[in-house]
Amino acid sequence: MPVSNTKLLRTRFPVVGFGIWWLFWSILHYKVLSNFGIVFTESASDSLISNILLAAFCLLIVNNMRYYLPGKERYWYVLLLSFILSVIWLAVSRGILWLIFKQDPVYTRILSLSSNIRFAFGFLMTGCVTMLSLIWYTQKEQKATTELKQEAENHLREAELFKLRQQLQPHFLFNSLNSISALAGSQPEKARHMIQQLSAFLRGTLKKEERQMIPLQEEIGFLELYLEIEKVRFGNRLQTDIQVTEEAATQLIPALILQPIVENAIKFGLYDTMDEVRIVIHASQTQSGLEVTVSNPFDPETSAGGQGTGFGLASVQRRLFLLYSRNGLLETSVTQNIFTTLLTIPS
Amino acid sequence: MKVIIIDDEPLARGMIKEYLQAYPDLTLVEECKDGFEGVKAIQAHQPDLIFLDIQMPKINGFEMLELIEQPPAVIFTTAFDEYAIKAFEAHAIDYLLKPFSKERFEKALEKWKNTGQINSMANTQKLAESMQTDTNPASHTRVVVKDANKIKIIPVSSIQYLESADDYVKIHTADGNYLKNKTMGYFEGILEAQNFVRIHRSYLVNVQLITRIDPYEKESHLAILSTGTRLPVSKSGFAKLKSILGI
Repeated sequence: MPVSNTKLLRTRFPVVGFGIWWLFWSILHYKVLSNFGIVFTESASDSLISNILLAAFCLLIVNNMRYYLPGKERYWYVLLLSFILSVIWLAVSRGILWLIFKQDPVYTRILSLSSNIRFAFGFLMTGCVTMLSLIWYTQKEQKATTELKQEAENHLREAELFKLRQQLQPHFLFNSLNSISALAGSQPEKARHMIQQLSAFLRGTLKKEERQMIPLQEEIGFLELYLEIEKVRFGNRLQTDIQVTEEAATQLIPALILQPIVENAIKFGLYDTMDEVRIVIHASQTQSGLEVTVSNPFDPETSAGGQGTGFGLASVQRRLFLLYSRNGLLETSVTQNIFTTLLTIPS
Repeated sequence: MKVIIIDDEPLARGMIKEYLQAYPDLTLVEECKDGFEGVKAIQAHQPDLIFLDIQMPKINGFEMLELIEQPPAVIFTTAFDEYAIKAFEAHAIDYLLKPFSKERFEKALEKWKNTGQINSMANTQKLAESMQTDTNPASHTRVVVKDANKIKIIPVSSIQYLESADDYVKIHTADGNYLKNKTMGYFEGILEAQNFVRIHRSYLVNVQLITRIDPYEKESHLAILSTGTRLPVSKSGFAKLKSILGI
């Protein structure tokens, strides 16, 4: 509520100010003419017609500024615009007033004698309004840009934080720590071994950079570390089968790109079925590049189309697109109760 | 006092088992590796307390609780789940964040012993409900029911319509009907975003299946589904349908 209120005030303020401003000048205008002995109807009409016209011209300027803000040559633009508009204003207001009151020689004489003053007044007024609206809109524009920049920065920060959290994989980390805690009591040797594995895995995720390319062999080694830890957690339920052709083993692959795919497969397999889960990883070199498939069992009847499990894949997809500026490098397919993810690394 | 542990990770079960050894008055009657086993074990043993993991194969801990008419006292064990932790705090039920210490475990048991049986039961039921309605959007894609002694997972997309039946809601699907111990309002809340409309006090229908709406008696209508089923539409139900279908 308070936000919209201040917004309303901010936009309403110039409108109210504009009205008061013109009321003031109209009264002054009338006062000057009646002091020269002009009758009420003539001085009132003169004041109203001149000022309403001038106000209309000024509104025209304000509106013009809303859509077009002059750049560096702004001062010339302001002067020129005010000059032209005040000439037109003088001609039109004088014309109208002359047409209405041409039978009164006293008034028409004052009308023509006061031309210089009228022009000066019009020029100052339009110049003033042009200047003010220029400042007003420039400020508004600046504020909008800073707000936009702030917003973009906030988004970036949030995205970075999110990525960091993703990298840490809290669910995996805490569950692994829990397994270690359990082992520490009964099988301390195994607990120590798992701590070493977990440390090596975490060190690996921290060390590797986004754009770094590593041989597939190394990536698979890292993956095996991860799978070993998961196997301690899930026991016999988790089985893995890794087949890498000799040719494929030496090919380069973006560091840590396979881990989220395999993680997705494990989660999908372990939480969507009840039996033993066999994760098959197969890598070979083909004409289109290095192809890696990761498959897991799932239940087509109850699975909501991989919903909720697709997040890890989306981030891999984004990364591939950033690296190769191409879509379709990560594809998923379903055959009966096997879910397969195909990753292609162009050579 | 009888205790059951339900967790899919063997080491995690082992941890609790180890801590439980210090309590001779608590007897571990069964260990379960998923919610299906959990439901059976709870029915068979009527335990006083269960330790329940949340993320488990097929059905999660909350879905499992929904299948039990009178759930026992529950101490949740979970590794990391922001949504769940918020819900636990809201319902003052104890939960153990893995890995947890022996001291923390003792505290949880202390708390359970001090909370009245009835109180903790009501809290658990409220918690399970709130997990389904506001904190876990993923769970809105399916409904878990018990059919005779089998547990069935119904994807929301295969539900044709829901009918109120006393204290239950009858879920109509192509494969048959299932009863769930919930209110129509509950389902209206979770299925609203998925094209289900309450066309009548007793009917909640999948709008995509409606092929025709015919006038019927004064101020009421009949909705005819592609399956041939005819359902009554109340005056307010007709207004809702009109606004959703844009007629």
